[in-house]
Amino acid sequence: MSFLKFFMKNRSSAPVARDRLQVLLAHERALSGRPDLVAVLQQEILAVIAKHIPIDRDKVVVKLDRGSQVSTLEIDIEMPDEALARS
Amino acid sequence: MSKVMVVTSGKGGVGKTTSSASLGAALAQAGQNVVVVDFDVGLRNLDLVMGAERRVVFDLVNVIQGDAKLPQALIRDKRLETLSLLPASQTRDKDALTEEGVGRVIDELRERFDWIVCDSPAGIEKGAMLAMRFADLGVVVTNPEVSSVRDSDRIIGMLDSKTQRAENGDRLEKHLLLTRYDAARASRGEMMKVEDVLEILAIPLLGIVAESPDVLTASNVGSPVTLHNPASAAARAYTDAARRLLGEDVAFASARAPQRQGFMSRLFGRKAAAA
Repeated sequence: MSFLKFFMKNRSSAPVARDRLQVLLAHERALSGRPDLVAVLQQEILAVIAKHIPIDRDKVVVKLDRGSQVSTLEIDIEMPDEALARS
Repeated sequence: MSKVMVVTSGKGGVGKTTSSASLGAALAQAGQNVVVVDFDVGLRNLDLVMGAERRVVFDLVNVIQGDAKLPQALIRDKRLETLSLLPASQTRDKDALTEEGVGRVIDELRERFDWIVCDSPAGIEKGAMLAMRFADLGVVVTNPEVSSVRDSDRIIGMLDSKTQRAENGDRLEKHLLLTRYDAARASRGEMMKVEDVLEILAIPLLGIVAESPDVLTASNVGSPVTLHNPASAAARAYTDAARRLLGEDVAFASARAPQRQGFMSRLFGRKAAAA
């Protein structure tokens, strides 16, 4: 079974390449001219949150997942309990 | 009316210089007056691929800076009198090129040649930008491989925005030249097919050059493949591409996977290729 799978996997790599490229290029074309959109979004969102809660910028994780239909921007901010209590 | 054609790709190693030399030679063999200009200042190689490396005296940078006149820097091919080469400088860097200077040289070349083939350096820096700046048409050289296709997409975007024609709102023809294609691997699903790449990049196809030992052999001996081995599949692909550039309607040779060779013919075929 795994032997078969190995061959199937090999055979179907070209369609995977094509699909990956189509998704990637759709995004790159849309963002051409403003390639730093994610950085701008991250900064502005953080600025809003920082206005209300003291946050440590090193404890912010930003992830972007580009899908063919929908993309998700995931911003993970660690908020210390003590900071929340003080604010 | 002369035409300025940039051969570009973004990615390195996909076959820009080989294709510049081969398309230039094929156009010259069709009776056109052709000059191939090397824009890869600092890393020139077109002279080597065209077998003129020992004849370089002056170069593009010398002409731009006024150290030499254009006719002194042009090297006429020994095999084809309608083919010339304008080499790049090997000792300077790309900052030696200026937009004004390149424009002046291109204008002067337009008076002498039907085709000015600009061999772009890899990347998207100054050298590549100036190679495409004055182009009337662009040939985008692409391998059926993800990084090459992505870079080609970027370069197509630049042809549409950074060239003088684009800025003036004029049309700039773009053509895809697919190189190092392996029909057998594509039919097995190991490599993207011609149609896959065409669908993604959405520019018309100029030619398909199959992966071939003849291309390496030709560069080994310093002769464009259309001159060195005109009967080879690679030479025919470039010759057909040149005819399409001249407006001829040439059917694409079927991209069918080659017949499987028997053991003996593989053995002897290899030996013949190595000889």
